[in-house]
Amino acid sequence: MSRRLFRWAVAAPLALVLAAGLTGCGSGTADTSAPASSGGTAKTLTVFAAASLTGTFTELGKTFETAHPGTTVKFNFGSSATLAQQITQDAPADVFAAASPATMKTVTDASLAGQPTTFVRNRLEIAVPAGNPAKVKGLKDLADPKTKVALCAEQVPCGAAAVKALDAAGLTVTPVTLEQDVKATLTKVELGEVDAALVYKTDVIAAGDKVQGIPFPEAEKAINDYPIAVLTKAPAGGLAKEFVDLVLSPQGRDVLTKAGFDAP
Amino acid sequence: MSGRVPWALMVPALAGMAFLVLPLAGLLVRAPWSTLARRLAEPQVLEALRLSLLTATAATAVCLIFGVPLAWLLARVDFPGRRLVRALVTVPLVLPPVVGGVALLLVLGRRGLVGQWLDHAFGITLPFTTAGVVVAEAFVAMPFLVISVEGALRAADRRFEEAAATLGASRWTAFRRVTLPLIAPGVVAGGVLCWARALGEFGATITFAGNFPGRTQTMPLAVYLALETEPEAAIVLSLVLLAVSVIILACLRDKWVNSP
Repeated sequence: MSRRLFRWAVAAPLALVLAAGLTGCGSGTADTSAPASSGGTAKTLTVFAAASLTGTFTELGKTFETAHPGTTVKFNFGSSATLAQQITQDAPADVFAAASPATMKTVTDASLAGQPTTFVRNRLEIAVPAGNPAKVKGLKDLADPKTKVALCAEQVPCGAAAVKALDAAGLTVTPVTLEQDVKATLTKVELGEVDAALVYKTDVIAAGDKVQGIPFPEAEKAINDYPIAVLTKAPAGGLAKEFVDLVLSPQGRDVLTKAGFDAP
Repeated sequence: MSGRVPWALMVPALAGMAFLVLPLAGLLVRAPWSTLARRLAEPQVLEALRLSLLTATAATAVCLIFGVPLAWLLARVDFPGRRLVRALVTVPLVLPPVVGGVALLLVLGRRGLVGQWLDHAFGITLPFTTAGVVVAEAFVAMPFLVISVEGALRAADRRFEEAAATLGASRWTAFRRVTLPLIAPGVVAGGVLCWARALGEFGATITFAGNFPGRTQTMPLAVYLALETEPEAAIVLSLVLLAVSVIILACLRDKWVNSP
């Protein structure tokens, strides 16, 4: 009995390896056949969108599914740079909504997306923990060495915007940390580990009561454009354009501005 | 023992090896060799590497100081709830490191249960400091040490300790003079695992200690951020980290573990 068990233990991983090899070949054919079957009957639309669009796009996805019975909208939310990289590595996606023109450019440069349209803009706000313990009033308070500040790293869009805003104000801020994305930056504020951070207005609104937002005039100099585009290899074909149309429609704009985005 | 190597072992062994080695080969193939030297000379790279080696070593020291006695307690002392404690010790293994980082903030952060008191009484805040990096790495790496040392303790022949006791040695003396030398290979193996895990730690570190060059930006953090804009730089950084750790581990192995 134990011998048989041993054989199984050896055979199972082998079978797995073989199966992986087979499906590896199979998925290639599945990909190419998808557009052919998409003539009005495609069931799944895959949207790659910046993490800051999680709430609004999920809502718009539900609206889209109601308007197109039988269609499922699948989202892949993440850092725009990571998503762009996945698309250039041939990830099967229909629509790409990025948080910065630069990340969209890597996809259009590879001729993988059609003409992008700016659909919303996002501005920075100072986020402080509820009650504002360090009594931050404006951007210049962030330059005070006693104020613990978190910024996004310059490599990610919110960090690049923060640098632009601080430069415009002529301020030098020494943060205690340069976070990997806007959500991580916000977490530090929510937990009260820092006195202030520069994040998007939409993130401040999404965080609810735990965080207070302070608008500042220099944010005008660091507005972030969000482009959206249909991908050229879109397996869902025409549905992709219909989704983009929904995002650009007055109804889509309504959902987005309610979350704190500015209309372009 | 000699004889033909059974194919039933050989085939999965080779498949397993390929599975582990191929991603590394992928990095080597894609590495931007022509610009390698220039990228390596950037001061941030050396700074991140220095910080990584320093914090991983410090974290291993912390794990040895607390982890070996903990492993001994779990293996040699019968106390109520031992099974539960053993399960709890492995929690950092299954916890996503980012969650571990948040948990550390909730306890040791400026407003955390213990951190609040540390701040008020001593003016010590751990987040965003190099010490915070060590704390985060030790939290994630300690189970590796505890599990391997406990395994070594269970496998060790207890009769040596009993003999020491009958000869009048106290439990502490027996531990120091008999048990510890007996399980030394297990402790070293656990320490190496622990060091390697600490060196590659990302999630808990960036969540608890943040990311600031020279203070809390270790190699894995630098790699992650480089990936956002310059994937090639990320590959270079990963290769440096891999090369350094492989060299150090290979040297240590020869020195401490006399295996062929």
